[in-house]
Amino acid sequence: MIDIKNLHVAAGEKEILRGVNLRVAPGEIHALMGPNGSGKSTLAKTVAGHPSFKVTAGVISYVYDNKEIDLLSLEAHERALRGIFLGAQHPVEIPGITNLSFLQESFNQICRFQGVGEMDEESFKKLLAPHLKTLGMGEDFLLRSVNEGFSGGEKKKNEILQMCALRPRLAFLDEIDSGLDMVALKVVARTVKGLATKHNGIVLVTHYRPILDLIKPRAVHILTEGRIVASGDHTLVASLEQKNFWPEGGSGGP
Amino acid sequence: MGLEGRGNSDYKHGFYTDIETESFPRGLNENIVGLISEKKHEPEWLRSFRLKAFAHWKKLKEPTWAKITYPKIDFDSLYYYAAPKTGKKKIESLEELDPELLATFERLGIPLAEQKRISGVAVDAVFDSVSVATTYKEDLEKVGVIFCSMGEAVEKHPEIVRTYLGSVVPYSDNFYSALNSAVFSDGSFAYIPRGVTCPLDLSTYFRINAKETGQFERTLVVAEEGSFVNYLEGCTAPQRDENQLHAAVVELVAQEKATIRYATVQNWYAGDRQGQGGIYNFVTKRGHCRGAFSSISWTQVEAGAAITWKYPSCHLIGDHSSGKFYSVALTANKMQADTGTKMLHVGKNTKSTIISKGISSEESQNSYRGMVKMMPGAQGAKNYSQCDSMLIGDQCSASTFPVIDVSNPTGVVEHEASTGRVSEEQLFYLQSRGLDMEKCISLIVGGFCQDVFKELPLEFSVEAVKLLEMKLENSIG
Repeated sequence: MIDIKNLHVAAGEKEILRGVNLRVAPGEIHALMGPNGSGKSTLAKTVAGHPSFKVTAGVISYVYDNKEIDLLSLEAHERALRGIFLGAQHPVEIPGITNLSFLQESFNQICRFQGVGEMDEESFKKLLAPHLKTLGMGEDFLLRSVNEGFSGGEKKKNEILQMCALRPRLAFLDEIDSGLDMVALKVVARTVKGLATKHNGIVLVTHYRPILDLIKPRAVHILTEGRIVASGDHTLVASLEQKNFWPEGGSGGP
Repeated sequence: MGLEGRGNSDYKHGFYTDIETESFPRGLNENIVGLISEKKHEPEWLRSFRLKAFAHWKKLKEPTWAKITYPKIDFDSLYYYAAPKTGKKKIESLEELDPELLATFERLGIPLAEQKRISGVAVDAVFDSVSVATTYKEDLEKVGVIFCSMGEAVEKHPEIVRTYLGSVVPYSDNFYSALNSAVFSDGSFAYIPRGVTCPLDLSTYFRINAKETGQFERTLVVAEEGSFVNYLEGCTAPQRDENQLHAAVVELVAQEKATIRYATVQNWYAGDRQGQGGIYNFVTKRGHCRGAFSSISWTQVEAGAAITWKYPSCHLIGDHSSGKFYSVALTANKMQADTGTKMLHVGKNTKSTIISKGISSEESQNSYRGMVKMMPGAQGAKNYSQCDSMLIGDQCSASTFPVIDVSNPTGVVEHEASTGRVSEEQLFYLQSRGLDMEKCISLIVGGFCQDVFKELPLEFSVEAVKLLEMKLENSIG
């Protein structure tokens, strides 16, 4: 579904990714780990099309509608319309726009592009209701301004709510587990797992092991200094911990 | 004849109507002032009002305190009166109106013909110096509401006009009010009798068409005890390389327990991207809350004009009266706006609310200027002000100049202000949800203006959102 080959990315003068290769097939959940500054978020944002990151070499091909397309030739919103989703590490506040109208606008834009029927407010609310319930969010969430005044945990849940509504084909979730207590983490993990089907791919970007224990991704990749230095199944984390891999000593828990 | 479209336009109202016009010679002198009065068959008191205003104006200097720069206006090079030629003295019905005029207003989205009129809104259409048509007049007359052109009001209701004209904004108030008082050619007049809730929204649509002509109109709205009216105002002009002057005066009077809600969507031609052309919009708007528990609100969306100089104000004279000012001022290209309000608290327990949202993009300059003044007798007066600025890009500027002057120890004034930039992270966040750049900007700006837009009547608020979207289309690279 996505095939990243020899990806080099720079932010300003600084090269951050130095030859990343990553392939995610439909139905797979992957995890991306690594120390701070290793380039995890850069990779996620580059896939989503953040304009601050410049691809200096490499390709990203993505299969949409049974056709292979060059993802790098598309702008951020064009990628989102084709099913790419980024769960933001630091969701941004947008005052004055309600969560509901923002999400409905996004949902309908994507539906329009993909040739699926759009929804009016009432049916869209019905679509959201069960997800709100699973995530333990009240209806009032929909009427608050996008992320404004949300706690760290609420912001993360809001990202997952968006993922529930938009049903992306490929989602990068950037530190979706940070700022969550154990109860919320379990809810989020369960929800993300519930969203995995044989048609979509999910990449979890994380520092911490607990979410991986809950979701059990098919593959774990370790990113260090802009390159993937190790890949394996979810037991890789435990074995790396034993080798005291994390210099900043972080994989213990949120 | 014909409506001439002008290509290459971000400004869809920039067309010019080729219509035969009657205008007075260029320049400003007593003779021209007298000619205007004569043309309109005015009574002596009005003629003398004009001449006094003109004599006063000659002694005044253009104000320079606003944060705007422009070349000196040569007032003698302008035309002060231009009107579509009618051939006969008076138009009795729309059928006698030049079809080009009807077509012009229709193209502007203001159909005047009976079968096409906008339902629920009565419109007075002002073209250059004269009011050309007023819709739904008869329906309004049934409940005693008078809604007509200022010229007609002077003729048919001279006692009301004489009582109120210049009573809120005296001709001596400022340079532009003096100029307007001397040469005003037409405008709208509305009178809502005691206890009447006006069954329709009243609206004036101002169109400048003729070249090198200034538009000087006056609006007077009088709401008697216990009455209510919604007033809407829109304005556009053709796209031209020369600057044009618009200096209007609006006076509102609210008696006991009366409410006037006055909304403006201003979309004068703003000049091109290099700052060539556009309307100079120097406007004096003021309302008197004369009676107890009366209320006046000014809601404005200022999205056009090369220069905007405008401070819709309220004098809160009656006890428990309230004044509100909700404003969105958007500047793009090289536009300059210096706008805000003045709330003068005279009566006891008077309340004022100021919500101002300034959006600047490209190389434009946007200032909020406001004053809250509480007089010694304004026991228990309260004010809340919130002034927010949003910058799009790094070439524009935003300033706020708030003045607070409280002479009563029980007065309460709250002032909040913020300045923010549309951040790349906000844009990316929205884009990563499938929204294109224009949609992102319009969502962010729409959210920013929400507190003001919700004060507008629904159709106006939809129009305002579209207008901002259109204005901002080019400001994002």
